[in-house]
Amino acid sequence: MYEASDLRKNLKIQIDGEPYVVTDFQFVKPGKGQALYRCKLKNMITGSQFERTFRSVDSFDEADLQEKKMQYLYSEENKYCFMDNETFEQVYLTAGQVAEAADFMVENVDVDILFFGDKPLGITLPNFVDLTVTKADPWVKGDTAAGNAKPVVVETGYQLQAPPFVEEGEKIRIDTRTGQYVTRIKD
Amino acid sequence: MDEQWRLARKSEALRIRSAVIQAVRLFFIDRDFLEVETPLRIPEIAPEAHIEAPASENWYLQTSPELCMKRLLAAGYPRLFQVARCFRKNERGQLHLPEFTMLEWYEKGACYLDLMERCEDLIGFIAEKLDRGDVLVTAEGRRISLEKPWERLSVTEAFRRYTSLTPEEAVARDRFDEVIGFEIEPNLGRGRPTFLYDYPVSLGSLARLKRDDLSVAERFELYLDGIELANAFSELNDEVEQGRRFEKEQQRRSTAGVTVYREPERFLAALPLLPDSAGIALGLDRLVMLFAGSSRIDDVVAFTPEML
Repeated sequence: MYEASDLRKNLKIQIDGEPYVVTDFQFVKPGKGQALYRCKLKNMITGSQFERTFRSVDSFDEADLQEKKMQYLYSEENKYCFMDNETFEQVYLTAGQVAEAADFMVENVDVDILFFGDKPLGITLPNFVDLTVTKADPWVKGDTAAGNAKPVVVETGYQLQAPPFVEEGEKIRIDTRTGQYVTRIKD
Repeated sequence: MDEQWRLARKSEALRIRSAVIQAVRLFFIDRDFLEVETPLRIPEIAPEAHIEAPASENWYLQTSPELCMKRLLAAGYPRLFQVARCFRKNERGQLHLPEFTMLEWYEKGACYLDLMERCEDLIGFIAEKLDRGDVLVTAEGRRISLEKPWERLSVTEAFRRYTSLTPEEAVARDRFDEVIGFEIEPNLGRGRPTFLYDYPVSLGSLARLKRDDLSVAERFELYLDGIELANAFSELNDEVEQGRRFEKEQQRRSTAGVTVYREPERFLAALPLLPDSAGIALGLDRLVMLFAGSSRIDDVVAFTPEML
């Protein structure tokens, strides 16, 4: 059971027996007024979207979804292929279902595929992924204190802002919920 | 090194924050206001339906310094201001922190209309001290002119202009906050600041009723660029009426299943001595956001709760 204050982007809840994911979230509270939780919700089966505002008294069931660990094999055109490592059964997700997860996924990694019954719906990414930096300007030492950021590209092609001391070939940790840099990983 | 970088990125915003606070102090001290500090940890909270105080043993962390400041006002201090940390449970968002900084001031002999002018002067003064001239530029590049006078828009007129309801209908359907938050607020303070004034009586628990229209309370909110910046009242100083209103707020809290606070007896006992006056609470972090061109409150404080 979730309370309204648990609502955030990517939370999965059940409404009228169907699974929904929160795709956009805004907390609004007039100083003297009620807390309002405005959500954009996407039906995870049909893909249809709508907007709804909840209040602090509202509560929700968790979406009744199963997760299965599968290996990401490859993508072609508009499809992404995943394989069950034990049964070798393969399933496909569309680019729309994979959505932003594509930014954080390299081939042959295990990811959690979400199922509603036997229907694959999408991917649950871990909150953090470690990816190798493939493009970054060299570090001019002493640049840290200014708090500057520079754009870097990781192996999936995803671009983000990172501190100036991050260099090509290094691994960095990214928060998949925000898409932002967390820390540099030292081997 | 990551932590240093994250904090160093805030250096410009923190510099502006410090400059804004210094300008605020200068402004009020120049005008003969007394800066006070009142306790953060207090035994009694003004009961309001939708404001939750964190408990601290069997007391609370203040949600605003209002009650103590009004007790000082009642004891004869005519002009007071305070820059205070305030705490509100379950408030976290792009414009909300559960611990934030409030600027409150109170003026004997003033009414809410006088406070509108004081707001114009204060923010104009800060802009001047920060060499901004009379235009602020937001994070998205929108311009807000601070040239006086700012827009004054009644709640009734705002509902007529932006919605298909009257304020009374919205209150009756328990939709007032939603309509204000989603349909009206985003339009306010665009291009120039807006004072939204004269609220339905049920929404001004500590405000005096308007002398020539008893259906509204003398309350206003100040908006800049769609952001609620301050809330002001002509102060209610009728202890019987105040007691009744607190009772009503307590009932709403009890119905909602949240803590029913103790009655603030010492505050109510001081009310008959409260002179005609007006007071205002202004979200200082949000004011800094406007001067720093930030779109998130996180950007103008050194540490958010998530960083601790």
